[in-house]
Amino acid sequence: MNAQNYIKLDFPSQSCNEAFARTAAAAFAAQLDPTLEEIGDIKTAVSEAVTNCIVHAYPKEIGRISMRLRILPDGQLEISVRDWGCGIENVEQAMKPLFTTGGEERGGMGFTIMDSFMDRLRVRSAPGKGTTVVMVRALRQRRKRI
Amino acid sequence: MNIHTAFSAGRLTLYLSGELDHHEARSAAGLIDQLLDEYLPRDCAVDMSGLNFMDSSGIAVIIRISRRLKDMGGRVWIENPAGQPRRVLDASGIDRLVPVAISR
Ligand SMILES: Nc1ncnc2c1ncn2[C@@H]1O[C@H](COP(=O)(O)OP(=O)(O)O)[C@@H](O)[C@H]1O
Ligand SMILES: [Mg+2]
Repeated sequence: MNAQNYIKLDFPSQSCNEAFARTAAAAFAAQLDPTLEEIGDIKTAVSEAVTNCIVHAYPKEIGRISMRLRILPDGQLEISVRDWGCGIENVEQAMKPLFTTGGEERGGMGFTIMDSFMDRLRVRSAPGKGTTVVMVRALRQRRKRI
Repeated sequence: MNIHTAFSAGRLTLYLSGELDHHEARSAAGLIDQLLDEYLPRDCAVDMSGLNFMDSSGIAVIIRISRRLKDMGGRVWIENPAGQPRRVLDASGIDRLVPVAISR
């Protein structure tokens, strides 16, 4: 029954929505009975992806962010975060540790953290059109549901 | 995000609590700058025992503190990270730049 469940959230790129997005993701993931550590990992990855939309995709305007969470048929959690902002010229370079176009306030560790906390990370981007980050995480089944 | 301080014998301890994300990072960095200007510490310990959440924006705040302390000729380290913030510290490799002291 879980297999088809999903949520979709659309929100403007205001930084106060970072906490909301990660909390919503954790609440959705709760039906998979995750450990505390898994909840932390999900919140972290969502926070990184959403922050990137706010900081990089829409540096000078407020734009639309769309987050979708879905339980895949095999029970894994898929998280997708999409924007229609400036896009990334060179995705491979952007994903390297310490690479940032954000200057002093950024550390260039966002993609590295998403990658290490999720099982799969895929980034699709087109300059001028926007970026979609898709992450998949398998959650340990702790106990069988009755 | 809240920051409490203790100062003694040239050592400033910053007790971070709450959540340190991008939304909170700018005001946190500004407040920490003020505190460093005010106390001019020799050493600075960042106590994370009260921190519930941190992401790479928090790592950037730590790097900024470490740069400032280096300019002032002082040292900085992280104390008592737990749970999610500790996993983010581990994943970021920050310990190559700022020592992380784990109690227990
Ligand atoms: N949604 C996005 N839109 C445009 N550029 C992005 C987006 N996400 C990431 N980037 C680019 O990739 C770089 C690396 O991102 P990240 O690893 O999260 O580090 P940071 O956010 O600290 O710069 C960013 O500096 C930016 O140039
Ligand atoms: Mg980032």
